[in-house]
Amino acid sequence: MNVHEYQAKQIFAEYGVPTPKGIMAETVDAAVEAAKELGGPIWVVKAQIHAGGRGLGGGVKLAKSLDEVRELADEILGMTLVTHQTGPEGKLVQKLYIEDGADIKDEFYLSVILDRKLEMPLIMASTEGGMNIEDVAEKTPEKIITVPVDPTIGFQGFHGRELAFGLGITDKAEQKNIISFAQKLYKVYMDKDAEMIEINPLVRTGSGEFLALDGKMGFDNSALYRQPEIAAMRDLSEEDPDEVEAAKYGLSYVALDGEIGCMVNGAGLAMGTMDTINHMGGTPANFLDVGGSANAETVSKGFEIILKNPNVKAIFVNIFGGIVRCDRIANGIIEATKITDVNVPVVVRLDGTNAPEAAEILKNANIANLIVGDDLGDGAAKAVAAAKGE
Amino acid sequence: MSILVNKDTKVIVQGFTGKEGTFHAEQCLAYGTNIVGGVTPNKGGQVHLDKPVFNTVAEAVKATGATVSMIFVPPAFVGDAVMEAAEAGIELAVIITEGAPVKDMQAAKAYATKHGMKTIGPNCPGIITAEECKIGIMPGSIFKKGNVGLISKSGTLTYEGANQVCNEGYGITTAVGIGGDPIIGLSYKQILPMFEADPDTECIVMIGEIGGDLEIQAAKLIKEQITKPVVAFIAGQTAPKGKTMGHAGAIVSGSAGTAKEKMDALEAAGVKVVVSPAEIGKAVKEVLSK
Repeated sequence: MNVHEYQAKQIFAEYGVPTPKGIMAETVDAAVEAAKELGGPIWVVKAQIHAGGRGLGGGVKLAKSLDEVRELADEILGMTLVTHQTGPEGKLVQKLYIEDGADIKDEFYLSVILDRKLEMPLIMASTEGGMNIEDVAEKTPEKIITVPVDPTIGFQGFHGRELAFGLGITDKAEQKNIISFAQKLYKVYMDKDAEMIEINPLVRTGSGEFLALDGKMGFDNSALYRQPEIAAMRDLSEEDPDEVEAAKYGLSYVALDGEIGCMVNGAGLAMGTMDTINHMGGTPANFLDVGGSANAETVSKGFEIILKNPNVKAIFVNIFGGIVRCDRIANGIIEATKITDVNVPVVVRLDGTNAPEAAEILKNANIANLIVGDDLGDGAAKAVAAAKGE
Repeated sequence: MSILVNKDTKVIVQGFTGKEGTFHAEQCLAYGTNIVGGVTPNKGGQVHLDKPVFNTVAEAVKATGATVSMIFVPPAFVGDAVMEAAEAGIELAVIITEGAPVKDMQAAKAYATKHGMKTIGPNCPGIITAEECKIGIMPGSIFKKGNVGLISKSGTLTYEGANQVCNEGYGITTAVGIGGDPIIGLSYKQILPMFEADPDTECIVMIGEIGGDLEIQAAKLIKEQITKPVVAFIAGQTAPKGKTMGHAGAIVSGSAGTAKEKMDALEAAGVKVVVSPAEIGKAVKEVLSK
């Protein structure tokens, strides 16, 4: 789960991680009020969406008067912001963050992520602040400093020194500031079950302070049960409504831009099914994992969500029954076609426990547009043909 | 022969008396797994599925001599359960539970490593040595005894792969579902050499997916150490970037962790890489009949 910049900065503030002062606003008037309260003389008006690259997309602008704050708030609020992370459809800006302008001497990059290879948190820093860090990693990897922190010992002085010297920070007061900054950020990461924290840019001010000018945080969904304050920060308007709806029924759904709807049990087989369709010349319309306990209700919901997509020309149901018996799933599919009006050809491949019984049930049901696939390859081929109207 | 577990392996179940634990322990017992007892706090002294229940793993190990634990406790308690097993001298913990916090797994795995305990999972179907021992939730009936070792991040692709191998007239020595979480226990790197050393295993099927770089590490190891033929499939060639595909660890971040990158690395290591899981069985037949 991700949060907005203003929410990440609230969390930073709780832990004493320095940030410029700012106030979230949902209307133009509130934005002007916020600017008045902050006092000025310079403000930054920032679009709040869950995507990077907001500045380049025109969603972050500098105001030098209250009138300018009003103008910019009016311009940015309600705009559809397109960045390299939003996709071409962009995202509607519904919230603004009005922030004090900072005295920027230079810009750095700082993040804490899980290093899957080392299996511990990794602090990553660079003098190349404000840039796309992946580009930096590719073109000038020597400009990225990585400091793994073993949680059994926690953040120690040497971690901080590696970071400060690595960034070429020689002033003693500044060293103390950056070390304290990183130490607090590590604590936020651990305490809040974060998956990643990224500050880009982290700025050094004229007086040698370090400030989080931006803040991006993602959290471990599996740990949200013990992070109620974080869970309450979830902004559903930033998420795909179909994915949210699917999740309510224990379905894992991701929309794609092809023509064949997929309903599969298990994430790996679901991806493998998409790959097979693609390999056979078709295009998958979605990823959908119905989970280990597919039943009539979840299958029916799956059909409903898949069919909301007007591009879908055929559906491929690919279930490998393990503990769940195929005959039950077959009955579930028949039930589901009664609940949901399925108006495209449906290819069903059921394998595993009680597969022959399931095939019999489907055959006897006499559903007009239902096609039985013998195995994964055969089912995918039939689905591709059906989508082409063959 | 087989790897890691066989018919003599003594197994306990943590979370024995819960709904999931009970159902799957029953299935494992029916398959022939030597389950010698289980652990549920405050139910010590009871008998469940004709096996003794203990309050702690330490008591269970002392009384039964168990070396493997199958863990079914709820996600919030997984870290604790794994560390308890490590402390009690368990040699291998098979963690079935889905949804354990990453931070907990990180601590638990570090602790397990310190105590020399191997782990499989979490969020995995478990491990099965065909017709001998099933520690997990896979449908036992599809795993016929044979000469193919199987390692997979995905549960249902394990079944798909095993089923195709058996339909081609071959069978399975041991199949290990390693799980698709960001932090997992035994991985390709540790399991491939076990299959290499197992005299009954003549071919290895390796199923991976997008995200992380375990498959890349595996490719390097295969090139250096594995002489037996390996057939591989990597799921998620058509997955969009930056989206988590079901498994918490299955995500392409930027340009890292793509299926193509992994397939190329494996191919360069001499692995027979198939583009669709529908071709696993045929590929195994091809490499074994050479």
